[in-house]
Amino acid sequence: MKERISVIEGSMAVAEAIRACNPGVISAYPISPQTHIVEYISDFVADGTYKGRFVRVDSEFSAASAVHGASAGGARAYTASSSQGLLLMCEVLYNSASTRLPIVYTGVNRTISAPISIQPDHQDTMALRDTGMIQIHVESLQEAYDAHIQAFRIAEDEDVLLPVMICMDGWTLTHAFEPVKRFSDKDVKEFVGEYKPVQFLNPKNPITYGAFADEDKLMEFKYLMVQAHEKAKEKIVEVASEYKEKFGHYDGGLIDEYRTEDAEIIVLAMGSVVSTVRAAVDELRESGKKVGLVKIRSFRPFPKEAIIKACKNAKLLAVIDKSLSLDVGGILVSDVKTTFYNEDKKPLIASFIAGIGGKEINRKVVKDIVADAEEIAQKGKVEKDSIFVNLNTQFI
Amino acid sequence: MTETKKTLFASGHRACPGCGVPIAVRSILNATGSNVVVVSSTGCLETFSSPIDLSSWEVPWIHSVFENAPTVATGVLEALNSKGNPNNTKVVAICGDGATNDIGFGALSGMLERGDDVLYICYDNEAYMNTGVQTSGATPYGATTTTSPSGEYSFGRDRTKKDLCRIALEHGVKYVATASISDLKDLERKVKKGLEVEGSAYIQVLTTCNIGWGFDSSRAVEVARLAVETGVFPIYEYENGELTNVKKLKEKKAAKEYLSCQKRYKHLFADEEKNKEHLDYIEQLTVQNVTKYGILASK
Ligand SMILES: Cc1ncc(C[n+]2csc(CCOP(=O)(O)OP(=O)(O)O)c2C)c(N)n1
Ligand SMILES: [Mg+2]
Repeated sequence: MKERISVIEGSMAVAEAIRACNPGVISAYPISPQTHIVEYISDFVADGTYKGRFVRVDSEFSAASAVHGASAGGARAYTASSSQGLLLMCEVLYNSASTRLPIVYTGVNRTISAPISIQPDHQDTMALRDTGMIQIHVESLQEAYDAHIQAFRIAEDEDVLLPVMICMDGWTLTHAFEPVKRFSDKDVKEFVGEYKPVQFLNPKNPITYGAFADEDKLMEFKYLMVQAHEKAKEKIVEVASEYKEKFGHYDGGLIDEYRTEDAEIIVLAMGSVVSTVRAAVDELRESGKKVGLVKIRSFRPFPKEAIIKACKNAKLLAVIDKSLSLDVGGILVSDVKTTFYNEDKKPLIASFIAGIGGKEINRKVVKDIVADAEEIAQKGKVEKDSIFVNLNTQFI
Repeated sequence: MTETKKTLFASGHRACPGCGVPIAVRSILNATGSNVVVVSSTGCLETFSSPIDLSSWEVPWIHSVFENAPTVATGVLEALNSKGNPNNTKVVAICGDGATNDIGFGALSGMLERGDDVLYICYDNEAYMNTGVQTSGATPYGATTTTSPSGEYSFGRDRTKKDLCRIALEHGVKYVATASISDLKDLERKVKKGLEVEGSAYIQVLTTCNIGWGFDSSRAVEVARLAVETGVFPIYEYENGELTNVKKLKEKKAAKEYLSCQKRYKHLFADEEKNKEHLDYIEQLTVQNVTKYGILASK
C-alpha cells in the first residue's frame, strides 16, 4: 500500500479523493467557500490527471441537474456547493434522491443570507435534511478525504442507491492546512471499484425515469427510501471497516464516542467543532469532571440506536446546534429528543445554539456550555428550550 | 390485416382527445429511431405519457423537474461521452413552451451557449396547458388564457410571443427550425437534420391544444395548418445562421381566418370595431413574417 502524508489544504484533500474515485462526470458552479475544490478539479482536467467529463454550468441548479442526468445516464457523478448554491439545488436534490441516483456531493457548510455572510454554520445542509440523501458530517481534513472515498461505496450499494452528501465546514476545513494521509489513485480506485450502474438510460433496454405516480404508489416509493436508509446504517459501518482493512485506519461509522463510559454530561456535536469539544473534554477531565463527547457523523440516516447506547447512562446531554428551526430551536437536538422520548431511561437534554454565522466556538466556549449543563443537571430540570451561546446583547 | 409500423411512442397514453402533442412526438421518434435518449420537462407530455407501469416511451426517457431538462440532457450526453459513446447514441429534449421560454430559459441558454450536442425540441402549445391554460412567454398577442383573460380592462395577452428561435440563433446554434403538426414529413426531415448537426440544435414545433385554444377536437391539424397559411407561425430553417429554407405560400390568408376559429380569440370578435386596433396589429405581425422570411412564392 503506497501512502503519503503531507500537509495540504482541505479542498485539495477533497479534490484528490474525488479524482481518485474517477467519476465519469463532474459538474459545478462556484460559490465561496466551495470554490477551491472546483478549481483544483479544473486543474486536474487541465493537466490531464482527471480524464472524466467536467461540465461548467450556468448555476448550481444546473450543476445538480447535470449530475442528475449523468447519473441516470450511467456515469459516476459528483458536484459540490455551499449555502445559497445548495438552496438553489434543492428541488433537484429531492428529485435525484427519489430517483435513487447514487450521486456524491460535498456540502461545504456556510450560513444562509440574510444578512449575507460567507461564514460557516450548518443551516444550508440542514435545509436539505429531508431530501432523502445521506448526510455525513466530517471533523477533520483526513476524515474529509476518507469520507468522500467511502461515500461512493455507500451510495452505489445496491441495497442503498441514495445520494450521499459529505458535509464539511467551510473555511475551517476547506481552507485549513493539515497533514493528510493519502493513498495512490490506483489503490483508491481498487477500493471504490469500477462503477456498474444497476440500471441506466440505455437504448438497448429502454426504461422510463421520473415517471408519474398516483396515490397508490407514491407513498410506497418513499417507504422504500426509508428502508434504504435503514440499510445505509449497516453499510456506512461496513464500508468504514473495509476501509480500515485496506488502508489501515478506521475513519467512518455512524457516531464516534469519546470518554463517554462514565460520563455524567455528554456533549453531542457535528463537524469541525468536535475537535474543539474533544480538547475541552480532556481539560475538563483533568479537573475531575465526568464529561464525554459523542460526535454525530451520520446525520441522515440518524443513528438513534447508537446514540441511545452511548448516552443512556448520562445525566444530561448538551447538544450543540449550528442551525436553527425558528421557535423550535436546534435541529440536531430535536432529533436527539425524539430519539429518547419513548425510552424508559432517558437523560436530560439541553440545547445550545452556537456558532451561527461563524460565531466562534473555542475551548472556553465549550467549557462555558458544560458549566451551564452542570447547573441544569444539578437542578434536575431543563428550563429553557434553547440557550443561545454568546449572544451579542449590545446589538439586540 | 394491415401491418402497422412499430411506433416508439405507444398508444394508450392519457393525452386529451385531439391533442397535437402525441402527433408530433410520434413523428419525432420516427425520425430519431431507437438509438436515442429522450429528456422531457414537467408538463402535459410528461404527465400523459409516463404513469408508472404505463409508460408510452419505447426509448429510454427521463423527466426530472420542470425547468432543468436542458441540463439533464447535458448530463446524459456527458455520461455517454465519458464512455466514448461507442454507438453514437443521440440525446433529444422534448419540452413545453413554458419550460422553454420561461422557467427553463436559463438552463436552455447555458446548454446552447456550451453548444452541447443535444437536439432540443420545444413543443409549442402557446401556454402552460398542464396547469390549466396559463400565459407563457410563447402565448401570442391577443390570446386569452386563465391568467390573461379578457375583460373591461383587458384584451387578453398584451405582449407578443417571445421569439425563441431568434434567441437560439443569437447563441450561435447551427441548426434552428420551426415545424408544425400540419406537415409531419417536414418535421421528421428537420429532426433528422437537427440530429446530424454537431452541437446544439433547436426546433420549435407548433402543437395545437384544442382545450386551451378552444376548437373542436377533430380540427387539430387543420388549425395548425391555418397558423402556417396565415403567416401566424412561419415555417423555416436556419443553417449556420443563414435562412436556408422557408415553407412558401401561394397566397397568404388573413390572420382573422385563423383567429376566428378559436375561442381564445373570441373576445376580439365580440366587438370588432372596438378591437380593430388589436386585430390590425395581429394582421400586421403576420405580414411582417411574410416579408421577413420571404414566404410568398414569386409568381
Ligand atoms: C418549479 C415548478 N413550478 C411550477 C410547476 C407547475 N407546472 C407544471 S407543468 C406547468 C406548465 C407546463 O407548461 P409547458 O412547459 O408549456 O408544457 P405544457 O403543459 O403546455 O405541455 C407548470 C406551471 C412545476 N411543476 N414546477
Ligand atoms: Mg405549453
